[in-house]
This record gives sequence, structure tokens and C-alpha cells, in this order.
Amino acid sequence: MANPPQGIDALARAYGPHLNYEPSGGWAQAARPADRLVKTHCSFCGMQCGIQLKVRDEKVVGFEPWEEFPFNHGMLCPKGVKRYLQGDHPDRLLTSLVRTDQGFAPIGYNAALDLAARRLREVQEKYGPDAVAVYGGASMITEKAYVLGKFARVALGTKNIDYNGRLCMVSAGTAYRLTFGIDRATNPWPDLAVADVVLIAGSNTAECAPITTQYLWQCRERGGKLIVVDPRMTPITRNADLYLPVRPGTDLALFLAMLHVIVRDGLVKQEYLDAHTIGFDAVRASVAEWTLDRAAKITGVPAAGIEKAAHWIGGTDRAMGLHARGIEHHSKGVENCLAMINLFLATGNFGREGAGCMMITGQGNGQGGREHGQKCDQLPGMRSITDPEHREYIAGVWGVPPESLPGPGLSAAEIMEAIHRGEIKALFSMCFNPLVSLPDANFTREALAKLEFFAVIDFFLSETAHHADLVFCGSMHEEDEGVVCSAEGRVQKINKAVNPPGDARSDALIICDLANRLGKGQYFAYPSTREIFDELRVASKGGIADYYGITWERIEDELGVFWPCPEIGHPGTPRLFENGRFWHADGKAHLQVSEWRESGDPPDASFPLFLTTGRVVSQYLSGTQTRRIGPLVEQHPEPRIELHPRLADRHQIATGDWIRITTRRAAVVAQATVVRTIRPDTIFIPYHWPGRRSANLLTHRTLDPRSKIPEYKVSACRIEKVPPPADLDAWRLEETGWQPGAAPDGRRGA
Amino acid sequence: MNDGYEFFVDPSRCIGCRACVAACAECDTHRGVSMIHVDYIDRPNSIATSPTVCMHCVEPACALVCPADAIKQGEDGIVRSALKPRCIACSNCVLACPFGVPTVHIGPELMMKCDMCYDRTSAGLRPMCATVCPSQALTFGPAAVVARQRQAVPTRDFRFGAQHVKTKVFMMTAASAPVLAADVEDYMQKGPDGHEDWIIDEASLG
Repeated sequence: MANPPQGIDALARAYGPHLNYEPSGGWAQAARPADRLVKTHCSFCGMQCGIQLKVRDEKVVGFEPWEEFPFNHGMLCPKGVKRYLQGDHPDRLLTSLVRTDQGFAPIGYNAALDLAARRLREVQEKYGPDAVAVYGGASMITEKAYVLGKFARVALGTKNIDYNGRLCMVSAGTAYRLTFGIDRATNPWPDLAVADVVLIAGSNTAECAPITTQYLWQCRERGGKLIVVDPRMTPITRNADLYLPVRPGTDLALFLAMLHVIVRDGLVKQEYLDAHTIGFDAVRASVAEWTLDRAAKITGVPAAGIEKAAHWIGGTDRAMGLHARGIEHHSKGVENCLAMINLFLATGNFGREGAGCMMITGQGNGQGGREHGQKCDQLPGMRSITDPEHREYIAGVWGVPPESLPGPGLSAAEIMEAIHRGEIKALFSMCFNPLVSLPDANFTREALAKLEFFAVIDFFLSETAHHADLVFCGSMHEEDEGVVCSAEGRVQKINKAVNPPGDARSDALIICDLANRLGKGQYFAYPSTREIFDELRVASKGGIADYYGITWERIEDELGVFWPCPEIGHPGTPRLFENGRFWHADGKAHLQVSEWRESGDPPDASFPLFLTTGRVVSQYLSGTQTRRIGPLVEQHPEPRIELHPRLADRHQIATGDWIRITTRRAAVVAQATVVRTIRPDTIFIPYHWPGRRSANLLTHRTLDPRSKIPEYKVSACRIEKVPPPADLDAWRLEETGWQPGAAPDGRRGA
Repeated sequence: MNDGYEFFVDPSRCIGCRACVAACAECDTHRGVSMIHVDYIDRPNSIATSPTVCMHCVEPACALVCPADAIKQGEDGIVRSALKPRCIACSNCVLACPFGVPTVHIGPELMMKCDMCYDRTSAGLRPMCATVCPSQALTFGPAAVVARQRQAVPTRDFRFGAQHVKTKVFMMTAASAPVLAADVEDYMQKGPDGHEDWIIDEASLG
């Protein structure tokens, strides 16, 4: 049984979230000079901004901008500015914990290893090797992602390992693999500044990738045009030249009609297609019936706007596309991305400065975390786990027989389904908070309760970890050394600022020690993460994500190296396809046809509105870290529901009123913000919170059949006005640690 | 170093992220408290936000109305926070400032405002807010570079009715740009009756 051992109130008192507002030692200490500045990168989001952490008395106590780092030149968002407040936090776990009848109790590291090894082995002996699943994450250094994948395949021998990037950009990754043969952003970010047209689809860029803003504003200062496709006006829309308010779940129709116009009006670059691609004839035939009128009816976007967007992209050889979760989080997320890519291939917009189409990867190591073997279908270097040559190569690097490597396993959401069905009995998880981040949270909670053994590695006790039998006390971002890969494809160095406190250990060390307890220590004898990286370089050699020529020293000297980088002397590859060659064996891009289909949770008379979910600038993912940082919580203490005044008026709802959102799965109550910046048939709620305010109570478990991404961005719902919750203050405090007016900031002004 | 650098505010670039607010509060002289305001202009109708920083007036109204002579202007033109021994927290400056910048802090009973990160600028660094600002709505750099890279036009002359205020800080003003309508409905497909095209008419629920 894996229900929480105590009520949420007791767990919250012991493990937070408590809100940290001041650096270690308080502001009184702040004037004392730092002992050192450590050049590293922010722990939040795929921008991976350069930052210097200020260390005093072996604690991270502040930051200093790192203006020399070429991506962000010292720029940071509020998450980056306040990230240091997670260090020396009162909620930081200092020992490993074991569940008892009275709650969690400290347990020694060796006893924890013994317990985990014994229980994992018992489950596998009773139910088979695949009855243990492993969850990883994309906010940790690549060395950990690599060693976790090896741990699952070699130490546990389970096929069931997957990671939370499955909830992030896998639709884009799948589409890029299908079309280009490589899964990476095609251009470095400065290319955005020199494009003539940038199409942003399904990306709240200003809040989720804030540093990208400056590149986009530079583009507009040069006279470039910005097209934004989104059911909401997000902050980046304030300077859009063309805004297309697409109905949730209909991006595909918009892209197909744009290509229809490009074909109809002779804007196709046939020479480029003939020389560098295959498959366009079928794609052209598939858009013949996607007239502007048809698309306007489905998308709710006027035909003239769709036509203008197509003309702008077809009228230049410097057009770029940016997309993110808004088009990827769909049961046709892969199709959405394929259709968007096709716009840029058909117009010859690849392989040059200012021409390309790219995803904005969301998680801190969203790119690197998906390259080296914690995906259920992949081995290091973006190798395929089903390809006999790939299996043989990796087995050789690892020193194990190829036939000992498991085959492809279940994806992240499918693992939770298999736990719910009783097929997977034990779970080992790190860097993942599925109770907040997976769809249909009540289903996730039921599944977690069925586990016979559940162990996590955590540094704060996440809501998911409340269900654990055993919590290893792991390492934070600033306590490890290794690499990440940014949204640009730039491999960067994370430097260790401080040691893990108390009885906390490096996550990688915990994994290796556990492998040793499972009798596989000889495959995990790494003195440090450096030796893991050196093995990773070899494991990636010859693969798609080839890191062989990248060393920690090169990264530091060159301020990052773009993969692929197959040899030590290789300069790296900031821009893909410059010679017209794509990554498929024939060197061509393979255009794919996208068939239209409805979303998996369609509206009807009982659920007539569209619910879409997303993020706010001051919170990161499931909030495990950022919901503990006071100034970030003050900025967005709770989820607010955005709705249009025409919808609000029907229900007599004003800003600040309480609304119940009901979907086919659950209901959530939150306060309204009535704004004209969202479609009247759509409501929006951000997803960073747990418990009763979890947006993912509402979302559904329909997956894209190829990428296995859940359809977070469109659910059918209804709304009604309700009185404020009777126990409001209590549940605010329990679930968010926040009390209105409690911040240490008293002032009066104009 | 930063000789010849000037401070520019371009509200049209602001994305409301409040990185400036967060960064300002890190300053050693006013720990945990920000001297910058970021406001929605009109949230019900628009996503537009705007940062407000001290404009460092050439003839600062805050200093002119201070009965305790607590607000000083340096030779560099920077108007400093109130001197702690002199400030009587009367709020005259709060009321007088045409830009709404100073705030009086209840705890220390002290008016505090931006001094353009004197600790940083005097050491050749840029002010913290303009360093971190992801949209560069707040920028600190050479005027010639800003003129080359931006379409908006800098100004430091302001008229508030009869009052003419000159400032050290520049405000970027739109050269000429069409105004984007603010209501999503204005961009949506209209049905045959001119009504916006909802997929299902919620009113039919009764």
C-alpha cells in the first residue's frame, strides 16, 4: 500500500511547502562578501541561462548575472533571479526517509539501500523483471539521465523506463525524427533576430521561455513580422503583427489550410523540394481539400488571417517557426508538428541563417534528457532500442551481452496505467512529480496506492513522494557537476557550487550504490559524474546525438558546444541542414501527411467549453521547487481561471469570483480573472499546483498514438459560479503554504 | 566600463515577468524590497504591462517638496533614496512625484527609491534590473547603440499639464505603429449572423 502515511496537513507541517524569502542567514548577512562565484546555469527551463551563483559559508546565498555568456548576456527571468532561495531551504531533506505507521522516519543511507534492493528484488522474483518500472526526468544533468537508463536496463533488467519529457515535447521530437531524422532545434537562437517572419504557434514564449523575447523583439526592430497562433493573447502577443486565435485542438486545420494557400498561390519552392526532400506530392494532394473556408469554420480564425500568414511565410527565404506545448500536447500532437514543419520545407526555409522551424524545449535539460537513454524506446546517442546494430554497440560499451538488454518498454503515462491495472508492482522514480504533472490526477493517485513498493530520490518531499515507501535524500542542481543541453542544442556545463547537505548524496551515486546492492556494481564503478560523461561520449559516438568530440573542458572554454560533434577537433553544429543534407540515410527530408481528427475529449451539450492548461512565468513545472520560493509564490500564489467577459456575463461572474470547472473526470474550484485576452469558448488554468487546485484533476488520458504525449491542451468542460470554499484559509495554507498578506513586505505608496 | 551609458525604458517591450522587481529586491541597500513597480495597464482589456522606475528628474519634485531636505541629487544626476537620519516618512515625495515612483516603507519609516544601483554603476556594472530584463524593456547602454537597434524614439521631456519635467532616464516612444485591437473576439471568425463562431452555444443548455 502506498497511500500517504499521514494527512496532508501533517505532511505539509513537516515537509512544506514553506516559503523561503531570504538568503541563508537572513538579509543581515547579505552585505558580507561572497566567498566565491560559481559559473553555471539556471535550474529552471530549457533556456538554460548562464548565471553565477554566490556562495558564502558553503551555502548558495545569491546570484550575480553572467554577462559574458552568449545566450542570455546576463538576462534572467524571476525564476532565475530567485532560484538561489531553494538552497539551504527549511524543507530540504537532510536524511533519507522510510514510511512508518506514524509517518515518515529518518533512515540511514545503507539501510535505505538494503531496503530498496531487497524489495525491488522481491517484486521482480515474484512478478518478473518488468514488474518494476523506473521514472526519470528532464530537469537533471545528462549524466544522471544516462546512468538511470543504464541502471534500468542493466541493474534491474526492466524494459519499463521512461521520463517526464514524455509530457513535454515528445510530439515535436517524434515529428522531427520522422521528417528530418534528427530530434533537435534546427537553428541557434540568434537566427530569430534576423528572420523576416517568425510564426509562433502554441507557445507562451514570454512566460515559459522569457529570454527568447529579446530575440523576437530584435527581429521586429529590424522590420521582421511576428505571427502568433494561440487561443489566448499571451504577453508576446502585445507586439504581434498578426494574431490568429485558434480554437483549442484545431491547429492542424490552420497549418493544412496555410499549406493549401502556399500551393494554390504558387509559393512552393519546387527546386528545393526536388533536391532535398521526398514525399511532397502526397502532402500536396492531402491539402487540396483544406480550403480557407473549411479551416476558418474549424479553427474559428478568419480566412483572411490564415491566408496572410501563408503569404508572409511563402514570400520570404527567411521564415522561422517556433512551437511549444500548445501544439504538442494533443492526441494529434505529432500531426500538428509535422504540418507546421511542412510549411517551412515547402517554402525552402531551412539550412540558412534566419530560416528554420524549431520546438522550444521546456524543461531544464529537456533536450539532453531525451538523448541518452532514459526514453522507453531509446538507447544513448538517440539510438533505437529495437535496432540490432544499435543494441550491439551499446551492449559493447556497457560490457553486457546484447540479448540481455530489454526491448522497448511502456511510456510514462502508460506505466501509470499499467500500475493501475496491477501489472507493474514497484516504481523507482527521480526528478518526476506525476501526481501533479500526469493527466487525470485522481487516476494517478489510485494507481500510486496500488504499488507494492515505491521508492523515490528527492531533495524536497514532492506530492508524489508522499506516497513513497522509501525516499532517498538526493542532490539539487547546484550540488552536482555535469552537462545539460539547452533548447538551442548547445551542450553546457553545470558546475557544482556546494556539497549535498546532511546525509544527502549525489543522485548518480545513489543509483550506482543501488546497482551495487543489486549485484551489478561492476557496471557502475564511476568515481564521479566525469567518468559517466566520458562513457556517455563513447556510447553516443556514431549515434544521432553524437557527443564524442565534446569534453567538459571544451564546453567551459567555448561556452558550450552544439551537438552533433563527432570528433575532438569538430567545431560543433549550431545550425542543421546547412548543406541541404538531412539526417535520414538518403540525406533527404521526408515530408509526412497529417490526417485531420478530432480531439480525444470533444465538447457536447453537457461540456460545451474548451479547457486549456499552461504555465505562469514565476512557476516551474509541477512547482516542487518554485512553490517553496516566497517571492515567486507571491507573484502567482494560486491558479486563476481566465475567461472572456462574454462567457463570464452569462454566468454573472466577475474577476475574483469563485468558479467550479467540471470535466468528465473531476471538478476544480478557483478564482476568476475576466479578460478579453482569451477566446469566449475557452477557459485557461495553469497547472503548477497539487491537491484540490490541480489542473490535472481535470485533464484526460488520451495519448498521441505515436509520441504518447497526453492531450493537456484541450478538454471539454463546463463552468458555474460557486461560493468561496468554506475552509479557504486552511487549504490555502496546507497546499500552497501561502497566506494572503503574510509576505515580509510592508509599505505604503501612491 | 559604462561611461556614456544611459538608461532607457520601453514599456512596449515589457512582458510583465517581474524579473526586474525580483532582481531589484536583491540589492544590499534595500534587501528584499523592490524599488520597481510593474503594472498591468488595463488587465481586463489587455495583456499590456509597464515597468515604472525612477526617471531621475533634472529638477526632482521629490527633493523640492521634502521638508527634511532628505533627498539629494548627485553630480551624476542620480536622485538618491532619502537619507535615513533625515527622512520623517511624511510621504510628501510620494504625493509629489509625477511618475509615482517613491514609496514609504512602514517598517523602517523611510522613503526609498531607485538610485540606479549606485553600487554597481560606480563599479562599471549595469543596474541590476536592466541587466536581467529578458525583453530589454529596461536597457542600460550607449545612446548610439540604442538608436541603431531600436525603431522607437527616446525622449526625456515630459509635460504634465503646465508642468514640464526633464529627466535623466529616457522613455522610448512609438515612432508610428498601428494599434492592435485588444479583444480576442476581434480576431475570430464570425458566423453568418455576425456573431462570433462558438462551436456550441452554451445558452442552449437552458
